[in-house]
Amino acid sequence: MIVAFLSGLIFGIGLIISGMANPAKVLAFLDITGLWDPSLIFVMAGAIAIGFFAFLWARSRHTTLLGAEMKLPSATKVDRRLIIGAMMFGAGWGLAGFCPGPALVGLGMGLPKALLFVAAMLAGMGLYELFDRTRGG
Amino acid sequence: MNIDLTAFTPAAALAGGLLIGLAAAVFVLFNGRIAGISGILGGLFRPRHGDIGWRLSFIGGLIVAPLIYALFWHLPEIHIEAHPITLIVAGLMVGFGTRIGSGCTSGHGVCGISRLSFRSIIATAIFMALGFIIVYLVRQWS
Repeated sequence: MIVAFLSGLIFGIGLIISGMANPAKVLAFLDITGLWDPSLIFVMAGAIAIGFFAFLWARSRHTTLLGAEMKLPSATKVDRRLIIGAMMFGAGWGLAGFCPGPALVGLGMGLPKALLFVAAMLAGMGLYELFDRTRGG
Repeated sequence: MNIDLTAFTPAAALAGGLLIGLAAAVFVLFNGRIAGISGILGGLFRPRHGDIGWRLSFIGGLIVAPLIYALFWHLPEIHIEAHPITLIVAGLMVGFGTRIGSGCTSGHGVCGISRLSFRSIIATAIFMALGFIIVYLVRQWS
């Protein structure tokens, strides 16, 4: 739990330093036909540069460094749920400039608009649970 | 394509990105899981014994990050242009979409691409494409 807290903390500070906690900067990246700010690519490049080696190491092990079970995703299929979900998420991301991480950081800054977005996002996740259960999932 | 050189901050972006990568690395090596924020949050809707504490800890870390940051540095200014109603619609779409699509920018984008997961690379390409399209349409209409 302490490691989870520290991971969340480092993740959040990374979001702030990178500028990605600011929806205006994310939208400036998505605005490719306007005045384009490519910063987000550098954020992804930095994160993946470390992530690549971390997952390479993680995959070569059966347990974590603390001796617990590795729980990496096993799904490989590109199905309708993945495509529809990514489309919905991308559209919402483009409307607000918020994805889940930066929204939670904005909540920590005490921004009312971030609180509103997070509340709606949690409602959306709750609706998904209802949808999934009514479909017998 | 016109690059906004006054707004472009490659060094800060790269430094922040390295920290995000470090966070994902620490999380997978010590907790054995993907640092996917929508998945960590969404899992709270299906509470199982021993599965709640680490989720809340991670989310707590994210939320207190700006408070800790502000102890040492000046917090950057945040601009949220969207209208409250737009934020509600967008939030619902992000919440529902990331759950049915099993991930967001962190889970599919950062961790999935790092794992070279084909599924995540496709998901990232789709949500980025939709982001480009929606921002284009919004800028046309406003």
